[in-house]
Amino acid sequence: MSHAMATNAGTAFEPGAGVYDKKLGMWVFLGSEVMFFTALIGTYIVLRFGAAETWPLPSSVLNIPVTAVNTFILICSSVSMVKAYAAAVEGNGKGLRFWLLITVLGGATFVGVQVYEYMQLVGHGFAPSSGLFGSTFYTMTGFHGFHVSMGVICMSWVTVQAHRGKYDNGRYEGVETIGLYWHFVDLVWIILFTIVYLI
Amino acid sequence: MQWLPPQASTYAGDIDFMFWVILVITGIAFVVVEAALLVFLIRYRHRPGRRAHYTHGNTTAEVIWTAVPAVTMIALGIWSGRVWAEIKDRDRMPTDAFEVAIEAKQFEWTVTYPGPDGVLGTSDDFAVRNQLHVPVNRPVKIHLTAEDVIHSFFVPEFRIKQDAVPGMTIPVWFEATAMGQFEIGCAELCGLGHYRMRGVVTVHADDDLDLWLSAQTADEEAGT
Amino acid sequence: MTTAAGHGQADAGHHGLSFVRKYIFSTDHKIIGIQFLFMSLFFLLVGGLMAMMIRWQLGYPGQPLPGGGGLPETMAPGGVILPEFYNSLVTMHGTFMVFFAIMPLLVGVYANYLIPLKIGAPDMAFPRINMASFWIAFVAGLIMLAGFFVAGGHAAAGWTSYAPLSARPDLSGVHMGQVLWLVSLIVLGLSSILGALNYITTIINMRAPGMHWFRMPLSIWSLFITAILVLLAMPILSGALIMLLFDQTLGTSFFSPPEGGQPLLWQHLFWFFGHPEVYILILPAMGMVSDIIANGSRKPIFGYHSMVYAIAAIAFLGWLVWGHHMFQSGMNPMLGTTFMISTMVIAVPSAIKTFNWLGTLWRGNIRLHTPMLNALAFVSMFVIGGLSGIFMASTPVDIFIHDTYFIVAHIHYVLFGGSLFAIFAAIYFWYPKMFGRMMSERLGKVHFALTFVFYNLTFFPMHFLGMGGHMRRIYDPSEYEFMQGMQGTNTLISIAAFLLLASQAPFMWNFFWSLWKGAKAPDNPWEDNGLEWTVPSPPPHGNFAKTPTVYHGPYEFASPLVTEDYLPQSRPVPGAGGRAAS
Repeated sequence: MSHAMATNAGTAFEPGAGVYDKKLGMWVFLGSEVMFFTALIGTYIVLRFGAAETWPLPSSVLNIPVTAVNTFILICSSVSMVKAYAAAVEGNGKGLRFWLLITVLGGATFVGVQVYEYMQLVGHGFAPSSGLFGSTFYTMTGFHGFHVSMGVICMSWVTVQAHRGKYDNGRYEGVETIGLYWHFVDLVWIILFTIVYLI
Repeated sequence: MQWLPPQASTYAGDIDFMFWVILVITGIAFVVVEAALLVFLIRYRHRPGRRAHYTHGNTTAEVIWTAVPAVTMIALGIWSGRVWAEIKDRDRMPTDAFEVAIEAKQFEWTVTYPGPDGVLGTSDDFAVRNQLHVPVNRPVKIHLTAEDVIHSFFVPEFRIKQDAVPGMTIPVWFEATAMGQFEIGCAELCGLGHYRMRGVVTVHADDDLDLWLSAQTADEEAGT
Repeated sequence: MTTAAGHGQADAGHHGLSFVRKYIFSTDHKIIGIQFLFMSLFFLLVGGLMAMMIRWQLGYPGQPLPGGGGLPETMAPGGVILPEFYNSLVTMHGTFMVFFAIMPLLVGVYANYLIPLKIGAPDMAFPRINMASFWIAFVAGLIMLAGFFVAGGHAAAGWTSYAPLSARPDLSGVHMGQVLWLVSLIVLGLSSILGALNYITTIINMRAPGMHWFRMPLSIWSLFITAILVLLAMPILSGALIMLLFDQTLGTSFFSPPEGGQPLLWQHLFWFFGHPEVYILILPAMGMVSDIIANGSRKPIFGYHSMVYAIAAIAFLGWLVWGHHMFQSGMNPMLGTTFMISTMVIAVPSAIKTFNWLGTLWRGNIRLHTPMLNALAFVSMFVIGGLSGIFMASTPVDIFIHDTYFIVAHIHYVLFGGSLFAIFAAIYFWYPKMFGRMMSERLGKVHFALTFVFYNLTFFPMHFLGMGGHMRRIYDPSEYEFMQGMQGTNTLISIAAFLLLASQAPFMWNFFWSLWKGAKAPDNPWEDNGLEWTVPSPPPHGNFAKTPTVYHGPYEFASPLVTEDYLPQSRPVPGAGGRAAS
């Protein structure tokens, strides 16, 4: 942002990453997030291999069909995010607001279904204290859910800003930046769903 | 101040030799660097009207002082690896050893001896707190584990140290070369009583060890 | 958009700001750097005082601590330190020094203060995130301090918090203290990550025209690479801390063996973060020392490019050596051999840097100002710390010296002899720019001489304790017969340590007295080339009235192109062109 402003003001900087600050900052931040989830996923792999015989079959504990539908909802919200970005680039304020709202709803639904899933599981006696599977399951999916929740909060703010016209006239940067985060969280879920629920 | 403690195991000498070799190598590096530093500080100190020599570096010099440490370090690494494997490689531990099991817990060492049948894990095993009795000049293999938190089995004179980890049984071996008593210390912070988690190794002549062992068994039978 | 205001209207916005916005919730990178400076110097003092209590107990076991009568019964009844309090002291001394003193001093203070000024930017890329980074760190510090006031005492499982001791209140006797320790470091991790993403973005995108990558000062190079390490290493720690926190509070079993958890997993995660962390604590020191040594020698840095590559190599190899903390942990011994080889290799770039510093001194015109003295102390003490590291790197020698005072000596030669001398050098060097006043050179030299002497008297004898087999974190060494003969050495170390603390009095006096009474600092008191010296001391909000253009590398001292023996990076000289990029 500042970069662009400064350039407009007539001061050129050295060629940097070739993208505006916010986008670069988000990429850098996601690098950090990758390491965070690597720690959690790596732990899961190590513990699971260490206790291969006693590890329960995920399908015997988890309700996979519900989560599969939930996964689909999250993927759909990524699609609507792409639509929102496209609308922002085109300067289509109405489309932007609509697709942002859909994305917020998709994310919120995902978190809601996850809370429902947790309540069901705890009701069946599967809690964070239920051995290694309980420990890893709740930590990994819980922190992913936390990330989605943060995303929903930020996305709601972006939606409010969109109503105030902040992204009009092709000023898409803020939308693209949060979109990066959203797609990242979606991607992490696909990995988690695969290794925690399916394998 | 003191130097290394007396040596009382077969590999203590190997470890100490490596220590001295590294001390000599690092000592040379230390003297060279610090001497150069001092000489330059005096020789090239600021004087009015002087100007520093304008240079950005010298590739030959840089190649040399990259290569020399690199070769030294890798050679040290390879040599260390061989000594290390002799001591810690689990596939190369002596097979004819006197075997005991040690379970560390807050804040003591429980030593389990094989009993009259000479085999660990049978019903005639017996356990003693903080007293490790071993033969001289014969390998001793310890099956080391911990009950609660991580401890570390350390006998300075034997130059042996191995963490005891709950959930793992780790083999450790040594061969004592001197008779007498040595202290076992805990080298990993294990809680409130870490500083007094002290045990004693007693190294016996073969016959004496047998005597001690049978006395223990007798006590145990008398006790029951 | 929100960030643009901080940049575009640099000077304009300054005067209208209230005191709170200007000095407390400031978005100016310089103010944030100074906030970090005061905070981390405070924690440095806290950590230092804890070290004094540890040394008292070791020097005079079981005797009442002078002035310790005021401590609560749960810590030191009648002034006699209890074992549980001793374990907390050992833990918190390490924690405060590593996470709240050295790391913020290097990364919080100097990355913040120097990056925009040295690359010719008006501020950080995200000033508000930068402000958040400080206040989050501040909150983390408060949480960490709070641990001393909860039932059960503060965390007592060591600064490395090895599980399961750190995971099981029933075995450690500590619950709330450990929980606060974990929460505090999770919060601090967030602060560090926010800082790092700012530094990285700023350096990549906001360099002044002409500030090519290979015209950046080594301080900036090292802070850049350090920021990458922080960015990638801190989240690993956060992940591990969260799992340990859940073990403490939610009944999970990540590190608890009875349910299948693995204690060694904690060590792998901790040191996978922890070894890059070691370089986070030393690379910025190396960078700033390089700047100061070139300045003091009035000579270009020797082998600028290989210095950059050495920093990068250390940072990369730093990810492959974590297992050398775990040779005796029960990890597969053959894995230990692999880690030993990578550890031996990482010594090489450190050697390159040392020789290049010597090369810089060679045929220089050396001015021994206080920053230079401290920078030279860094070099000579870092050499000792680096060389003593080779002993532990050798797996068989490590069997004996692991977890003994040899390691304690080593880490203090690197972190105190290395990092802290570099920090003193940096404080003396950039103080005039930060506060617009000079520190007293005379007091600075007194402080340096006393610190250097008592520092060595404190830490060098620890090598001998380690060689004698003296274990770490032992409340009362006299419990063991083989350590009873070492009491004299321990007492000597303790006396030296007390004098080392006393030696900081001239520094503190100098620091605070000069804030008000020091001589007014000119723009460029050290006749240096960096862009920060072309602006007033202290620089205004927004830094540069006009974005500077850079024509030279950062170390053009004694250049034949000019009559002065220095050549500021932004001073155009006919015929100098791109050549001077070295």
